[in-house]
Formats: sequence, structure tokens, C-alpha cells
Amino acid sequence: MTDVKPVELTIFILLFGTVTVMGFMASRWRAGNTMSTLDEWGLGGRRFGPWVTWFLCGGNLYTAYTFVALPALIFGAGAMGFFAVPFALIAYPIVFLPLVRLWSVCRVRGYITPADFVLGRYGSRMLATGVAITAIVATMPYIALQLVGLEAVLRTMGFNQAGLLGHLPLFIAFTILALYTYQSGLRAPALISFVKDGLIYLVILVAVVYLPFKLGGWEFVFSEADAKFAQTPNPNDGVLLNGNNQLQFATLALGSALAILLYPHAATGFFAASDRNAIKRNMSALQVYTFLLAIIGLFGYLAIAAHVRPLTNNATGAADSNTILPQLFVQEFPSWFAGLAFSAIAIGALVPAAVMSIAAANLWTRNVYVEFVRPDATPAQEARQAKVASLVVKLGAVASIVLLEPQFAIELQLVGGVLILQILPAMVVALYTRWLHRWALLGGWAVGLLYGVWLLYELPNPVTGQRHFGSSAYPLGELSLLGWQPFAGSPTTVYVGLIALAVNGVVTVLGTVVLRAMGVSNGHDSTRPADFHADERQPRSVLLGDPASLTHIGPRATVPTGRGPNG
Amino acid sequence: MTNGAYPDEYPPKEQYRRNAFWNLLLLIPLIALFPPFYNRTDPRLFGMPFFYWFLLALIALSAACTYVVYRMTKDEFVVTDGPDLLSVDSLDEGARR
Repeated sequence: MTDVKPVELTIFILLFGTVTVMGFMASRWRAGNTMSTLDEWGLGGRRFGPWVTWFLCGGNLYTAYTFVALPALIFGAGAMGFFAVPFALIAYPIVFLPLVRLWSVCRVRGYITPADFVLGRYGSRMLATGVAITAIVATMPYIALQLVGLEAVLRTMGFNQAGLLGHLPLFIAFTILALYTYQSGLRAPALISFVKDGLIYLVILVAVVYLPFKLGGWEFVFSEADAKFAQTPNPNDGVLLNGNNQLQFATLALGSALAILLYPHAATGFFAASDRNAIKRNMSALQVYTFLLAIIGLFGYLAIAAHVRPLTNNATGAADSNTILPQLFVQEFPSWFAGLAFSAIAIGALVPAAVMSIAAANLWTRNVYVEFVRPDATPAQEARQAKVASLVVKLGAVASIVLLEPQFAIELQLVGGVLILQILPAMVVALYTRWLHRWALLGGWAVGLLYGVWLLYELPNPVTGQRHFGSSAYPLGELSLLGWQPFAGSPTTVYVGLIALAVNGVVTVLGTVVLRAMGVSNGHDSTRPADFHADERQPRSVLLGDPASLTHIGPRATVPTGRGPNG
Repeated sequence: MTNGAYPDEYPPKEQYRRNAFWNLLLLIPLIALFPPFYNRTDPRLFGMPFFYWFLLALIALSAACTYVVYRMTKDEFVVTDGPDLLSVDSLDEGARR
């Protein structure tokens, strides 16, 4: 503990203490009469207006891991890392229309998770469970990655011990987070995101004005970066893209943008919005965060120009490139300002980790526990189950970081991105049409999953010497369609997720044609066309005034299993 | 279900498709998916290569496109007279279970 930085640590503890108090108090913020339903605990009562939605979704989609990993990636590879910017800027125009449809149908039908929608739309428990489990599996490593971001800050601040002792601060921080999420549900991250985002904006805007000026201007910064990349043996790094990685750049951006709505934490954040226009306004307002993201990415170049060296992680013994951004702040700013920056990143890890664990808990409760274990669970029992599940999910994430290598979480996250794309036909196409057959969707999903994971397994990382799961860039030259290699010899690479999604789509469409020709039942659709256009102005008071009209309404009644009188 | 006055063909298509052509604006930001257009150094802005400041500018353009679509479809036809199956408000009243 000799090199703990006292000023940074004091500021960090003060701010962390503040958000902890806020986290526990949040249960009373805009609360309904009860916290013991999943709608209240897991979706904040669906009462968040445009401003709260902006803070919550911004705090939740732009994670701490992004904030440390993106500058690290650009520090190491240059322009390729900047894919995150086109990804974020096309994501909102792409999800604009499907998202309001999804919000409406989930609002009207009382669906809590995206898998609830799939169940309601197709009446297929297998398909809904497949969607739910895919989403949970893809989210878990994402939570673990928030810990990687948090740990990069804690280690830079001086808690850089070897072994379990080095993980202790992480464990404490996450235990506190787990407790107030248990207590306050989605309201905790929503309230904390105000502090987190305020800090992030302050720190980043000050830094982006001051640092380039101090280091000698952007022209000098980019020429330093150019000089650095010219010395490396890697042909695919550089300040610009080259002929081989442009397709990878574009497909990775597109694949990530398509995946964003599919991640359950994104859906959870948007489902909590109060009305359609709150979501639509955020589709442009959230781009402010994209701007911030781009600036943070450019800090990777500032770190090159400032000759920042990554910190050696004493738990693994290797240089941790994720410490590039924290190290830049230590080196270039007074310690009180670095303390603010560290707090911003660390608190930034708590918001998404909380939302993700709530989203995973909602999925577990609604689509596994209630579906298979306790079909007769009351709303209060559902909420209790979700609270416990959120604890388990977070402890699992800590355990995976402490007991396994952080690299394991990074690889799983890579796989998760490919997996989550495979639920796109069942979730997004189904918002518009039921033409795709439920069994074909299930088949396409399974084939897409297996094919995507197999492609990833085959990909080595020559830089780190990994033999499997080393990258998501698949060389087109090796692509083989049953032995036929359409792009043989091409050095161009493409994002694995899109290849798997294309295969998924082909299987789904062909399967649909065959199943429809055979006249196989396509399940029961409990949604109506009007549901997709419903808005908040529903006359709820009328319903409330007449208790008799509520007799058929309840969480279970809104999610037919496909075996009821209508099915 | 006892959905009463809640016919399947509701709302009529022409009512909610009224402002649909504004949605085409959402395609404009997709130029970000064609890096050959902007993968160059010159012209620079504040010393920043074109690649970077073009993408920064595109963020603003993308936000503008979604904003225009939001403004123009703000008064779109929405359904407000169907049954609300959301249970939370009834539970807030402590009425059930």
C-alpha cells in the first residue's frame, strides 16, 4: 500500500459515499405504493420522463468499460478502434422505429422483458426461453467487464496488490452496489446516473480543451501517433484504415448497432420510459453521449503523444492497457482533477452493472423461474426472486474476475456480441410481421449460435499468442460454404456476428417456406396490431375506477402460454 | 380475452402511415457504413484528419435527422382507447392479491 494516492483516494471515497447514500434513498424516489412488483423494482414503475431516460440510458449504454477500453484500443490499433463512433451514431436511427413499436406492445401487454414479447407474439415457450437464455449469457460477461473498468481505476489509484488482496476494493465496491440495487431496483442506477454523467461531462470537456493545447495541437498529436504505428510490425494499425480492414470496420459498426437494442439492459432502460415521445427525443439526445465517446476515443491518441505507459497489473504480471486513460490523467493533471476523473469512471461502472444485473434478473424471473419453476408465483414473489437473482448475478461477475483471468470475461463478451445478434429475427422482425415461422426462428437461432461460436473458436490472436477466441475479424479468404470458397485468397476481414446472422437468416427463411408449405401451426399471437401503436395517453383512470374490469388483468394473464383457451 | 371494442384491423393503415416518408431521413447517417468515402487525411480541421472530424460532424447530422423525424411524427396516430393490460397501477392501489 506504499503508493496509494491520498488526494485521489479521498475524492473517490467522498463521491462513492455520496452515490451509496443516493442508491439507498432511491427506493423512495417517485415511488409507487409498493416496491414488491417487478414493474416497480425492475422498471422503476415505467414512469421515467425524457430527462431521466436520457441520463439512465446514457449512463447504461456508454459503460465504464467502454471509457477505458476504447482509448486503450485506439492507443494500440488506431483508426480501427474508432468503429465505436459509427456504431453509436447509426444505432439510434436504426432502432428508432422498431424501438417505439417494442415499447408500445410491452407497455400495453405488461411485458417486462424482450422474451415476454416473443412469448406473447408466438406463444412458443421454447423460443422465448431460448431468447431469454441467450440474453442472460450475453449480459453476464458484460457485467464482469464493468469490473475490469473499475479495477483499472482502482489499480491506478494505488490498490495494485497481487492476489486476492488486490481484488478486495473491487469486492467491497460491488457488494455495496449489490445491496442498494437489491433495495431500490432500477431507481438506484437512474438516480446515480445523474452524478456519474455530470462528472463525466465535466472531466472530459475540461480535458479535451486543455490537453491538446498542452501537448502541442491535434496536428502534432496525430503525427506522433502516425510515427508510433509506422514502427509496429502490425500492418492493420494506423491513423487511417487500410484496404483490408475497412469492411471489418463497417461490419463491426453495423453488427454492434443491430445488437444494441437486443441487449436486455438497453431494453430495460427504454422500457422504463413513460411514453413514446420520451424515447423518440432520446434517439437524438443520446447522441451527445456519442460525441463524448468519440472524444474519449481520441484520448488514446493524446496518450500516445504524452508517452503514457500502461500500468503493470500485479495480479496478472502483465501490462494492463486499460490503465491508459487513468494513467494519462495521473500524468497530465493535478491529483484532485485525476480524483474526479477516477470517480467518474468508477461510478460509471456501477450504473450499467446495476441495470444489466436487473435486466438479467428480470429475464431469469419472468422467463425461466415463473415459466418452469413456479408458474403460480404472485407479483411479490416475482419481485423477491428477481432481487435475489440480481445479487447472484453480481456475485458471479465478481467471482469470475477474482477467480478467473479478466481475459476470460473479454473473450466471453466477444462471444456474447455474436450470440445476442442471433435473437434479432425473433425479436425485431417479429415486431413487423409474423411471416417467419416459430420453429424456423428456433432453428435459425440455433444454427446461428453454433456457427458463430465455431467461427470465433477458430480465430487466433497472433499478437497475444492466443489460439482460440482471439478476435472477431474473420478473413473472408477462409470463408467456406460447404467447401466452396467464394473469396479465396482475399485478406479482407469481416465481423463474425454478421456472418452468423446471415446464416441464421437464410435458415429461418428457408425453414419458414418449408413449414408454411407443410401447414405447421405458427402458434398463438396474443398481440393486436393496435398494440404496436399504443401510447401513454391510455385512459388508465377509467380502468382503475372500475375494479371489475381488472379481474382478467395481471402479470400472468398478459403472457399467455399458448395453451390457454385461445391457444 | 374480453377485449370488447378492440378490432384486429385497428387503427386503419392510412391513419398511422401519414407521416411515414419522413422516416427516410433515418437512412442518411448510414453513410458512416461506407468508410471509403471518408477514410482520408485531407482536408484537415484544427489539425485533425478528415476521417475523425467527418465522423464527429456525422454525429451531429445523425442527431439532426432523428430530431426532424421526431418532430414530424410527434403527432402521429397513436392508440389511446384500447385496454391497458399493464398491471402496475392496479397493484399500486393495493387492490390485488
